[in-house]
Amino acid sequence: MNLSVAIRHEGPLLDFAAELPEGRITALVGPSGSGKTSILHAIAGLLRVRHARIRLGEAVWDDERVHLPTRLRPIGLVSQHYGLFPHLTAQGNVEMSLTHLPNGQRRERARHYLALARVEGLEGRYPHELSGGQRQRVALARAIARDPQLLLLDEPFSAVDRSTRQRLYIELRRLHAELRTTILLVTHDLDEAARMADHLVLLRHGQLLQAGPTAAVLARPASVSAARLLDIPNVFAGEFIGTDAEGAALLNWGAHRLRLTPAPDVAVGTAVRWAVLPSNLLLVRPDKPWGEHLENPIPGRVCEVLELGGEALVWVVPDGLPETRMQMRIPVRSLRRSPLQVGDPLTLCLRAADIVPLADAPAHEP
Amino acid sequence: MDWSAIALSLRLALATLLILLPLALAVARWLAVTSFKGKPWIEGLLALPLVLPPTVIGYYLLVSMGRQTFFGQYYERLVGHTLAFSFEGLVVASILFNIPFAVQPMQRAFAAIPREVREAAQCCGLTFWQALLRIELPLAWPGILSAAVLTFAHTLGEFGVVLMVGGNIPGETKTVAIAIYDRVQSFDTASAGAMALLLLVISLVTIAVSYGLAERLLKGRGGA
Repeated sequence: MNLSVAIRHEGPLLDFAAELPEGRITALVGPSGSGKTSILHAIAGLLRVRHARIRLGEAVWDDERVHLPTRLRPIGLVSQHYGLFPHLTAQGNVEMSLTHLPNGQRRERARHYLALARVEGLEGRYPHELSGGQRQRVALARAIARDPQLLLLDEPFSAVDRSTRQRLYIELRRLHAELRTTILLVTHDLDEAARMADHLVLLRHGQLLQAGPTAAVLARPASVSAARLLDIPNVFAGEFIGTDAEGAALLNWGAHRLRLTPAPDVAVGTAVRWAVLPSNLLLVRPDKPWGEHLENPIPGRVCEVLELGGEALVWVVPDGLPETRMQMRIPVRSLRRSPLQVGDPLTLCLRAADIVPLADAPAHEP
Repeated sequence: MDWSAIALSLRLALATLLILLPLALAVARWLAVTSFKGKPWIEGLLALPLVLPPTVIGYYLLVSMGRQTFFGQYYERLVGHTLAFSFEGLVVASILFNIPFAVQPMQRAFAAIPREVREAAQCCGLTFWQALLRIELPLAWPGILSAAVLTFAHTLGEFGVVLMVGGNIPGETKTVAIAIYDRVQSFDTASAGAMALLLLVISLVTIAVSYGLAERLLKGRGGA
């Protein structure tokens, strides 16, 4: 059963509609203040919004007439600071979400879920006696103990240190592989979302920018805003001049002509913004022989080289476009093998399928 | 030593506590979790007894309880005597002037419960009453205790309002604070001194015990 969500609200401004696929991890990504937590709260029933249509399969949680109280929604919530009950032990915290079971069974069930979240042996500890990572696990155990159909995670990794976070990533994936619960992960960290989620939902100013499978969203932003949110530096403007015999679109970009597939659905003569990921730019040195098979060759000159960890960032100014800088990323070791100097001539190649035309307005899900 | 005055004071403090505490608890929790435009006015109104001279409160109470008002007449018809200068009148006055002492510590205690904890309680499937009894009250307990002790001790010691509303009727409205004043007026300093000391001891013990309990409670859960 998919979770279908449509929310409209003023203050905070929300205009959002998305479908969370069953049994998958969906990440809701956006900068702080973009309304992520408000959407999560609306789904949980903790925030009453002006218009909400929230359904899990056939079960209506919210519409014009229905507002199912939070306690009756089959959800589990892990919030940013976990919201553990400070006067109860780890065991007591988990048992609190099992009040629907007879007293005798709670103890056993709580232990089972604490073990599942890998905090066995700490049942008797109070929250203040636990480390950040252990608290997160207890909160997770408490959230899954009710056997929820939807697990809501609100920036659950933000309050722990880096190494703990890496471990928790792995454990959450393992737990998900075992339980197959539908998960909504709210995060401002795109890398975290890319690592954890099967689906991405991009949000900005309370509005949906783009939603889809993680790899597709990361590789093909739908709009300029989405590209900005995905931190893609190479966004340029060209002019659509028609299609060639094979159906590929032709774009004028300064003195260069680019060929891209699939063709954007716009009229000839329209200005089209397009993006290319830095990792999709192919660098060809002038001394290397290259044949006709290279797509969209763009000659230019290196204007800056910067090493950042294991990666080198290279900025290139294309010939005839002195105001434009294209960024590409290459492994540092290949830079060591054949160094690049500022002013070096080279050619960049772009595969037709890697050139992504962008819409200006936020694109909504079909 | 005026034992009947002491007994009356304890009776008054207890009655005030029993009636005021549940009402104040409801108001305190409501104020702690909601925000609305007129909230500062409501809070200000509830805090008034802290800043107004007891004689002012006493005056208004006396006037509103008197035979001239509809309420005063209605009460007298119903019960047979006026509310002013009676034990019941004292209880009403005592409840009103103790409102800030009861509400404020509890409001602070409820407001100190993190929003995430309240939300977690709902997501755990707890009903409002389950969450109140199992999560919020145990967490707000030091504030509730403090409210109870302050109300109790403050009622024992209140003088101005009691004098205005209750007068000085032995066994009916003559509380220990009035009795001390009364004894001093008739130069019976030995009796006044004994009662003053007793009041001092009772107040100190109740407050110290409540501080000790609150500290133990906080220690037990790491100051959370």
